[in-house]
Amino acid sequence: MLIRVRRPGDIDPREITDEGLYLRRREFLRSAALAGGAAAFAAAGAPTASRAARLAPGDLAALTGLVPSPFSTDESPNSFEDVTSYNNFYEFGTDKEDPARHAHTLVTDPWSVSIRGEVERPGEIALEDLLKPHALEERVYRLRCVEAWSMVIPWVGIPLGDILRRFEPTSHAKYVAFRTLYKPSQMRGQRRRVLDWPYREGLRIDEAMNPLTILAVGLYGRVLPSQNGAPLRLIVPWKYGFKSIKSIVSIELTRRRPATSWNVSAPREYGFYANVNPEVDHPRWSQKRERRIGEFRRRPTLPFNGYAESVADLYAGMNLRKNF
Amino acid sequence: MARRKSWWRGTGLRIAVFVVGVAPAGLLLLDGLRGSLGANPIETLQHTTGDWSLRFVLAALAVTPLRRLFGWGFLAPHRRTLGLFAFFYVCLHLGTYVGLDLFFDWSVIAEDIFKRPYITAGFTGFLCMLPLAITSTRGWQRRLGRRWVQLHRLAYVAGIAGSVHYLWLTKADLLSPLVYTVILATLLGTRLWFRYARRTTRPARSLS
Ligand code: HEM
Repeated sequence: MLIRVRRPGDIDPREITDEGLYLRRREFLRSAALAGGAAAFAAAGAPTASRAARLAPGDLAALTGLVPSPFSTDESPNSFEDVTSYNNFYEFGTDKEDPARHAHTLVTDPWSVSIRGEVERPGEIALEDLLKPHALEERVYRLRCVEAWSMVIPWVGIPLGDILRRFEPTSHAKYVAFRTLYKPSQMRGQRRRVLDWPYREGLRIDEAMNPLTILAVGLYGRVLPSQNGAPLRLIVPWKYGFKSIKSIVSIELTRRRPATSWNVSAPREYGFYANVNPEVDHPRWSQKRERRIGEFRRRPTLPFNGYAESVADLYAGMNLRKNF
Repeated sequence: MARRKSWWRGTGLRIAVFVVGVAPAGLLLLDGLRGSLGANPIETLQHTTGDWSLRFVLAALAVTPLRRLFGWGFLAPHRRTLGLFAFFYVCLHLGTYVGLDLFFDWSVIAEDIFKRPYITAGFTGFLCMLPLAITSTRGWQRRLGRRWVQLHRLAYVAGIAGSVHYLWLTKADLLSPLVYTVILATLLGTRLWFRYARRTTRPARSLS
């Protein structure tokens, strides 16, 4: 007899139709037609929104000594509930409510990040040591998703540039490549190949060094909830949300432009730059307007998500229609 | 015994179909009133009504194959109800889009219909279902006679348009729209097969 090692993708033998049923398959076929129909109708019967377990700020450790930032917007933030119950984090499923429902399986302590490539001081560093020398800042930023919705979120984080400088990038460092944890046992969405796991993102070095770009470790004065990309995620507020990669385990400085997940998945729809741009439509929908979560009417989308003053120079002379 | 059975297959089934038909709308209304449609209520409405419209299209299209495969003639009287529920949900779906999502911004709506393939497909589905709903009464059925049957083949087109719409609007995870598409393909495939079988058995019959 074969000894089988069970891998995560394998079918549990119990899920395979038993022999008796197989032999009675005509009858089975008949009842399956009925049951299948009934199940399809029952499946999404209850509207999904009410099912996600509610997380309260008190469930998360508080972060203290936060420094306010001049980069913060004074627009009023979305509620903690909106921010933690409506997420795109395909590692935990493709529905907006899936991350809130399934991300509790993620183990974020201990956590370490590998920093490699074009740096003088590469290494694997524990999260505490990565953060220790820096002051935590509160940054209230607009977040614009490529799906034409937006939120305002009070992040807590550290400028990415300040962190990168500690590792002394070489003169060859032209890009920064990020990678999310790959762990299907904890990230159930990775058990199906919806994207080419692990999730990868990248920035040009000047984008990474821009003072608006942060690595976030919290929101609403608390450590990051798992559904928001705990324990460490990128925030690039002038780009569509998918650039802001979550649960980062690797940062590599490179000479060449790195491959990025959504671009690999659908190159015509998601570019490397992904700057918020109302003039360039997604091939399947318009990017001119967005729905701010909590509001009824759509509002106009601003170039660079309203951060043009700080970042438009980075793209001087570039054709942003081509480099979308 | 026989009377009980026929009650279940007649009135009982009618009640069941009706309950399954109004329940999703009822739950949406209830959740709407309680403010528990989630962070993006308009999206929840858009998706839930779209899902149910497609489910009812498929359910209506399943009646004939099930009848012919298993002899479930008792389903036949409910086909119209299933089809009308499909239309009911597509109206809510379109209403959500026009009235809530885009707030009667007709220029954007027109642009979407002509420029965005997934909206074009959805709108095609809606245009197919409209005459079917109008001519669903017995009076129209009588008046149109044979042409009624021909006209109502549009239901297939509506199913295909709905599935294509769903496939084209999906960003990365095609599992769910593919499940609908496979079910639709099975239902349409069964019909083709019946047709083929009928054609090939006819000459045999005339020989005997
Ligand atoms: C009348 C024209 C139609 C319009 C304007 C329309 C519009 C839309 C829109 C805007 C979405 C959401 C897309 C997104 O969130 O990315 C959607 C989703 C959907 N629509 Fe339609 N639609 C139409 C007709 C139909 C028809 C005829 C069917 C089926 C018979 C249908 C079934 C669906 C389904 C299944 C979804 C996906 C729901 C989900 O993601 O769970 N739609 N539609």
